[in-house]
Amino acid sequence: MRNYETTFVVDPVLSTEDIKSTAQTYVNGLQGEGCEIVFVDEMGLRTLAYDINKRSNGVYYSIEYTAPDGAFLRNYELGMKRDERILRFLTVSLNKYGVQYNADKRAGKIGKAKRKKQEKPAKNEPAAHGVSRKKADSPKLSGVPSGDAESFKEEE
Amino acid sequence: MASRDDIKFLSNPKIGGRRKKYCRFKRYGIKYIDYKDPDFLLTFVNEQGKILPRRITGNSLKYQRKIGTAIKRARHLAMLPYLTDLLK
Repeated sequence: MRNYETTFVVDPVLSTEDIKSTAQTYVNGLQGEGCEIVFVDEMGLRTLAYDINKRSNGVYYSIEYTAPDGAFLRNYELGMKRDERILRFLTVSLNKYGVQYNADKRAGKIGKAKRKKQEKPAKNEPAAHGVSRKKADSPKLSGVPSGDAESFKEEE
Repeated sequence: MASRDDIKFLSNPKIGGRRKKYCRFKRYGIKYIDYKDPDFLLTFVNEQGKILPRRITGNSLKYQRKIGTAIKRARHLAMLPYLTDLLK
């Protein structure tokens, strides 16, 4: 069994149901291939760092799953490439640290560990898997929180 | 007359002293660098979005490579720009 993670960006111009059904299609596609879905992360609407197909925003999804082998990925990615609703996609295989990191992130360990570290930088205490992030000085790239998809559309 | 002990405090010894660079991933035991976290990756690029060299960030080779990979992945997903100005 191997661990994979597929992140893709859905066209934000579609209706909310269409966006969700698109993501669901790919989740179902994985299950059809005998993959076990670990977690589907809806990262929500974010501003793209550069325009893709004249879109400046995108709805991000990230699916973490385990697969018996990687043979299906060829056709799976081909399907994504041909799908016009998908702006970008990326599949990576996760090692044990990546799996652990994602589990910690879901448990909410990583954000908290970061804040503690900023108050008191412990030199000799190795934090479990927390990423010591600095405070985001520039809010430029920080994504719009999910759930704003609809309000954004009204603006357009 | 100022003795030798007094002279020691005429200037702050910490000023001008170079702090030793270190690899934060090794020191804090971080094993995985998330490519979906552009705010964190921003600390390793300059204003133009270029990856900072190891001699500035102080990363060990192992983690500098991982940082590079993570930044390139983030760029592909449009979480970080390929080229820009005034990123920070």
